Amino acid sequence: MQDMNVAYDTLIPNNVGLSSDKRVLKALEKWHPGYINWWNDLIPDQFQRSMIYLRTAVSVDPKGWAKFDYVKMPEYRWGVLLAPQVEGRTIPCGEHAGQPAWQDVPGEYRNMMKRLIVIQGDTEPASVEQQRFLAITAPSLYDMRNLFQVNVEEGRHLWAMVYLLHKYFGRDGREEADDLLRRSSGSEEAPRMLGAFNEETPDWLSFFMFTYFTDRDGKMQLESLAQSGFDPLSRTCRFMLTEEAHHMFVGETGVGRTIERTCQVMKENGIDDPYDTDRIRALGVIDLPLIQKKLNLHYTLSLDLFGQEVSTNAANAFNAGIKGRYHEHRIDDDHKLTDATYTVWDFEDGKLVRKDVPALTAINMRLRDDYTRDAAGGVGRWNKIIEKAGIDFELKLPHEAFNRKIGVFADKLFDPEGKLVSGADYDAGQTKWLPTHADGDFIQSLMVQVTEPGQFAGWIAPPKVGIDNKPGDFEYVKLAMA
Amino acid sequence: MNKPLKQHLIDPEICIRCYTCEMTCPVEAITHDDNNVVVDADKCNFCMDCIPVCPTGSIDEWRVVVEPYSLDEQYSWDELPEQADLAGGGEAETGLEALDEAMAALLAEAHAGAGGKARAPATASKPTINLYTIGKPATAKVTGNFRLTAEGSDNDVRHIILDFGGQPMPVLEGQSIGIIPPGTDAEGKPHLPRLYSVSSPRDGERPNYNNLSLTVKREAGGLCSNYVCDLKPGDDVQVTGPFGATFLLPSDPNAELLMICTGTGSAPFRGFTMRRQRETPANTGKLTLVFGARRPEELPYFGPLKKVPDSFMHKVFAFSRLQGESKHYVQDKLREEAGRVAAMLTNPNAYIYICGLKEMEHGVEAALDDIARGVGLDWKAARDAMREDGRYHVETY
Repeated sequence: MQDMNVAYDTLIPNNVGLSSDKRVLKALEKWHPGYINWWNDLIPDQFQRSMIYLRTAVSVDPKGWAKFDYVKMPEYRWGVLLAPQVEGRTIPCGEHAGQPAWQDVPGEYRNMMKRLIVIQGDTEPASVEQQRFLAITAPSLYDMRNLFQVNVEEGRHLWAMVYLLHKYFGRDGREEADDLLRRSSGSEEAPRMLGAFNEETPDWLSFFMFTYFTDRDGKMQLESLAQSGFDPLSRTCRFMLTEEAHHMFVGETGVGRTIERTCQVMKENGIDDPYDTDRIRALGVIDLPLIQKKLNLHYTLSLDLFGQEVSTNAANAFNAGIKGRYHEHRIDDDHKLTDATYTVWDFEDGKLVRKDVPALTAINMRLRDDYTRDAAGGVGRWNKIIEKAGIDFELKLPHEAFNRKIGVFADKLFDPEGKLVSGADYDAGQTKWLPTHADGDFIQSLMVQVTEPGQFAGWIAPPKVGIDNKPGDFEYVKLAMA
Repeated sequence: MNKPLKQHLIDPEICIRCYTCEMTCPVEAITHDDNNVVVDADKCNFCMDCIPVCPTGSIDEWRVVVEPYSLDEQYSWDELPEQADLAGGGEAETGLEALDEAMAALLAEAHAGAGGKARAPATASKPTINLYTIGKPATAKVTGNFRLTAEGSDNDVRHIILDFGGQPMPVLEGQSIGIIPPGTDAEGKPHLPRLYSVSSPRDGERPNYNNLSLTVKREAGGLCSNYVCDLKPGDDVQVTGPFGATFLLPSDPNAELLMICTGTGSAPFRGFTMRRQRETPANTGKLTLVFGARRPEELPYFGPLKKVPDSFMHKVFAFSRLQGESKHYVQDKLREEAGRVAAMLTNPNAYIYICGLKEMEHGVEAALDDIARGVGLDWKAARDAMREDGRYHVETY
């Protein structure tokens, strides 16, 4: 049973007919208090009591999924929302391609599917944990609102994965759902599953870089899960993608506004040389070379999330029809990759080489290449801001060999151009390539909370348009008294 | 000149290329290359499904064009072109008050008294138009229907409250919505919507409820007005809109407003006043209302209006049928207030709005002309300059 509109007749808003699915409803209601406790313990109390101008999906029909209103975050209606079922949908790839999509989990793929859902689910609460203290230094109420919108939607994405675990994976699904609340970002005893999700997000530039680069990995994973032959997973991920777009927006415009403000202050003070960093920093804005360093760091950390370039796990998931490629339905081939090859990086005789391997084993690499193309687009738009200001500087994605911990490049030293370098050269170059402690301290020194509607911290420009067409001085957050 | 078209475009400076709109578009009118996401004017049917799903605010852009921009032109843009000046076209053809032709024509007729193409106040919020259409209307539930005029009066004006539940209905003060009366016309076709000005502020009749109010007069033999005036709480109503992109409130709290109305023409001004009261309650001395009716019992919102402090709004009532008194019309009251009105004509931060029956236009304009002349102004020139500046608005029917 499914509906476009969201039912509010149970504690958990949903369009999956929960009120007539007593078993799953009961399981989710049992899980719910733990979730609320997790949320309440996480976000500082002052913000929990504040009224935030958030969007809530009230229907999965396009008209209904962006209803804006003031809401206190603990009262946000986290729900279970699936994109409408497509009549006659078939499995899009792998050995079962063309057969009707599964409405239940096929036994032989149960463990593989569960693992993919758990990994995806684990990243959602992790990012909220990483960002929990950022509101204290929000550069404006607008940005604070955007942060909380990202946070509540990551929370909803956790709900989406927990629903699948409860609905389709029985007792071990329930245990996995509990573990999603037990693990915690950066914890010694029970860390989050993926490395990048155990680092703190220390400042707003890191947050913008994280939403641009790391959430974009999330988007690519969701894109490939949206191609799954397991229909409930596909529908869940399709709806999550519409929300994920907001996170991309926060990242791209956040970095863009930081760049814009730096260029503006440089121009106002007659500084043309982007490397005149002492003078630029003295003016309270973040120099472009430091923005490049942050970009280098976040891009390369995010590349590691795609796993090994050549992977039998990825091949198995594709072949089983559990996980497709980016825009699988638009790719014109047999969707089985029986004889196809794909070019990947390898390291032979002390050199990087390009090498053809069976495409089936290179699924991760292909998704990573799609990711890099997608990520390069925004970098080009950032460069337009710099060019418009008349400053001679160009941001670049570093070579994918640089600063890697996973895959063929791991444990070897490359510079951002992809050249193999000695330990001494790397040490000498590192302070130019990656943010140093001093860089981090400088950014931290700029992080001050601004709570006057329409006002922005000095290091970032205001946005070009407001959320929901709101004017520049709109009070996006009505802060509760501390 | 070919008939101009309203073309949907995407702002390449704001768009982040997430392609959510492209995936949402039911008719595949949206597509992209390595540079831009673009809309095919041949395919776009104004269904508006792409508008709410955009995370950036880049999607709700429209230009009136004689020749639509091709996909290749749009691919090559770094920024959106300005709206070209389409000489010769009337508001219905070259304005962006509504996308449906019928609604655009109705509003153009209502605005005709301004003497030229209307412009929105520079600081007005960006309006949403045409979110719901005849083919895909919103369904609202009636939550209230109250008579505003005295029971004994033959003049039945009603305050109708509509709740939109989960459906977004982003209206600004001064905008209108369409109500589709049920049934069919003599040719068996569904009735066209009738336009009604919204009389509540943007955050709802009740703050933060997704509702709005209308002020509707029952017209003898009126198909839609009788339908609306007879609605009962719980009834469902089919709604199109919102419409209107120029008769709007400036966001600048220092802007001074002169609001001139008769009867249900007070609807937008109720919205303006409530908006100001909710946003800047301490902002005194900026509003003037000149309101005409036959008698106090027939003046919509007379009771609530009396409670608005004079310091917040200077209220002038003109009654034309008061027992034992001579007839007063709004134009007479304007003349009595000549000093105040003249000051507004020369104040670059003052806005004039006229709303009500078509018949009021002539008298009001003659009064304004006299007052202008009294301070050495050429009325036509002053009016045209104010209108071009988004500071002179007429909506009469």
